[in-house]
Amino acid sequence: MSTKLSNITKPGKFQIKSIAGAETTRLMEMGILPGSTLEMVRKAPTGFPVEIKVRSSLYTLRKSEADCIELEV
Amino acid sequence: MEQTPKTIALVGNPNTGKSTVFNALTGLRQKIANYPGITVERKVGTSIIGGVLHQVIDLPGAYSLNYKKLDERIAYQALIGSYEHEEKPDLVLAIVDVTNLDRNLFLVSQLLDLKIPVILVLNMMDVAEQKQITINENLLSDNLGVPVISVSAKQKEDIERLKNFIATEELKAPQPLAWLESFQIRRALGKVKKEWIQPCTNIPEAAHDTEALRLISEGNFDEVFYKYQDKEKGLSVIKQAREILEQAGENPMAAEVLQRYDFIDRCTKDATQQTTDSSLSLTDKIDSVVTHKVFGPIIFASVLLLMFQAIFSWATPFMDFIDLIFVETGNWVANTMAPGILNDLLVEGVLAGLGGVVIFLPQIIFLFFFIYILEGTGYMARAAFVMDGFMTKVGLHGRSVVPLMSGFACAIPGIMATRTIENWRDRIITIMVLPFMACSARLPVYALLIAAFIPSTTVLGIFTYQGITFFALYIFGIVMALVAAAVMKRFFPSGQQTPFIMELPAYKMPKWDVVFRNVADRGWIFVKEAGKIIVAISIVLWFLASFPNVDEQEYAQNAYDGETIESYQLRHSFAGKFGQIIEPTIEPLGFDWKIGIGLITSFAAREVMVGTLNTIYSIEGDDEDIVTLKEKLINDTDPETGKPIYSVATALSLMIFFALAMQCMSTIAIVRRETNSWKWPTAMFVYMSALAYVCSLITFQIGSNL
Repeated sequence: MSTKLSNITKPGKFQIKSIAGAETTRLMEMGILPGSTLEMVRKAPTGFPVEIKVRSSLYTLRKSEADCIELEV
Repeated sequence: MEQTPKTIALVGNPNTGKSTVFNALTGLRQKIANYPGITVERKVGTSIIGGVLHQVIDLPGAYSLNYKKLDERIAYQALIGSYEHEEKPDLVLAIVDVTNLDRNLFLVSQLLDLKIPVILVLNMMDVAEQKQITINENLLSDNLGVPVISVSAKQKEDIERLKNFIATEELKAPQPLAWLESFQIRRALGKVKKEWIQPCTNIPEAAHDTEALRLISEGNFDEVFYKYQDKEKGLSVIKQAREILEQAGENPMAAEVLQRYDFIDRCTKDATQQTTDSSLSLTDKIDSVVTHKVFGPIIFASVLLLMFQAIFSWATPFMDFIDLIFVETGNWVANTMAPGILNDLLVEGVLAGLGGVVIFLPQIIFLFFFIYILEGTGYMARAAFVMDGFMTKVGLHGRSVVPLMSGFACAIPGIMATRTIENWRDRIITIMVLPFMACSARLPVYALLIAAFIPSTTVLGIFTYQGITFFALYIFGIVMALVAAAVMKRFFPSGQQTPFIMELPAYKMPKWDVVFRNVADRGWIFVKEAGKIIVAISIVLWFLASFPNVDEQEYAQNAYDGETIESYQLRHSFAGKFGQIIEPTIEPLGFDWKIGIGLITSFAAREVMVGTLNTIYSIEGDDEDIVTLKEKLINDTDPETGKPIYSVATALSLMIFFALAMQCMSTIAIVRRETNSWKWPTAMFVYMSALAYVCSLITFQIGSNL
């Protein structure tokens, strides 16, 4: 089973299944790779952006970017 | 004999302590300016290394040479020697943060392809020790093929060690494409190089591999690419190259990145050790409060309130003091020098202009002091995270909030503060709508007109029409800013797609020397670059209001009953004549020539309107005596019809005009400086003034026909 990061509502750790879409290159350059562990830390008061932790760094992603990341659930 | 300085470029991800290394290497021998034509800052300095003077360039922070943002493009083009405003470096210092080594090494793996000597500087070793990260530098150096040194940039002796290392290490360019194992990528790369880059472009030879890889992974291209004549051929070659990868089952956007990370894994596997620590760090703990759904916005609002307090109240005594010094100096010069044109020029043109520049410094300094602390600690990125959802709805960015709010005090520091917005389009839109925020210079004008024309009748028990009008004008400014932003977002060329992914750096104490230096730099840049424009315009305005000179005889014969010579002079000056010439244009707005003159002189600063009306109405004494002026405005009648000139509709129309029109030369000057072109201040002037005209016209026409 897999789902998009943008659909995740509760914080937790996930394994990245795949990256697709327009932002693929930049996300992967930042080390957000298939197989990496991604922690969904929290969502902003308005739902997006979403804050994630990958390789001990914190990032915020808008919905369009969160849509590119497919997670194993 | 003069020695040509060797050029060293500092390259690294954002938040790696690159600027700390730069400051430590160059000390006070550094210069900050913008690259010509764009808003990216160029930081360059000199450093004596091994007894030789070197030039040190702090290139903009970048996550990748496959650029997605303007500042990354500058870094890339500077490194390959194709950026006309930057020298090609002889040596690259790759500054990396060891707490996220893999991601930092991604950029380094790209640097290794450029045929420039690279030294890898492992920074933040102090933090790494706390996190129990250990790195075998020798092994890492062997694996990557470049010299490696660990430092903690805050330590003086580490910087000396770094200088010695640079001076003694044998510098040679690493082997390019050491990471590349895939045969398919090699084929695609060779094709693009041979069929497109070599025959059809002027890209320096050393950058051919990098450029080819960039084109293959990039789906859409920017204007640099489309300037080439044979771009059609280029597109088809790149498409074929991508097909080579696709047929082999690889995603062209991902293939290269995956290979580089495989390489990084191979390089770091034996060379680094990290005990996995799953306990919550201090950053995590702070974040759970400041980015909390409820507390987050409350904390942010409190921070904003504190900044407001600083730029509104705390800056006031300093501004009054500066004002006093310039007034006293002006009086002294006026009384000491022989009276005449030169005296007037110095006092009313040059000194008034300089005073008008320096007066902004307290607000700029206070605001930037706060901003650099918030940036330095890492809070600013959190505030942007909390606000981003609200702001994207109107086409702005979470980082637009602080500049916009600063606009309530003054647009100048607000516009300077937009440089915390990375995305160029978001930044320009924020700058373009920021002057709608009701700045404090509008207050005296609003106060005068409201006191004179809006009844103080109480409504709903506790409110008065006057209070409601005041409030409405502030809300009107905010609404217009948001509407304008939403409209501009639609029409704005978005250009290359810019990623919104934003890193939240770990919290740390701000470095006070950096904070103070940055604040001083901002203040100095304002005085130097916006200042010359402001002084120049203020001399022009002085000239327009003072010439042609009238003599006393002429005044005695022609003046109105009770008219002072100052009033007579102003009425017959170029500005006065111009005010009368534009009267037919502004008549539909309900304005007469007197307001016309005020609109011209208030270009120096909006509050000058009040002083000008004082002069025109021949009020002697204190400029800020609005009670007398108020009476004069209410009682002023048209000499032909005998009816009052000003009505509530006129006052409302004038307030709307002041709320919307671009009437501030200092704002024009700072927009010119921050955007590095006259295009944006011109556009701002035209669109804001046109909007003001239309809205005032509607207000007056509806208001006077009710």
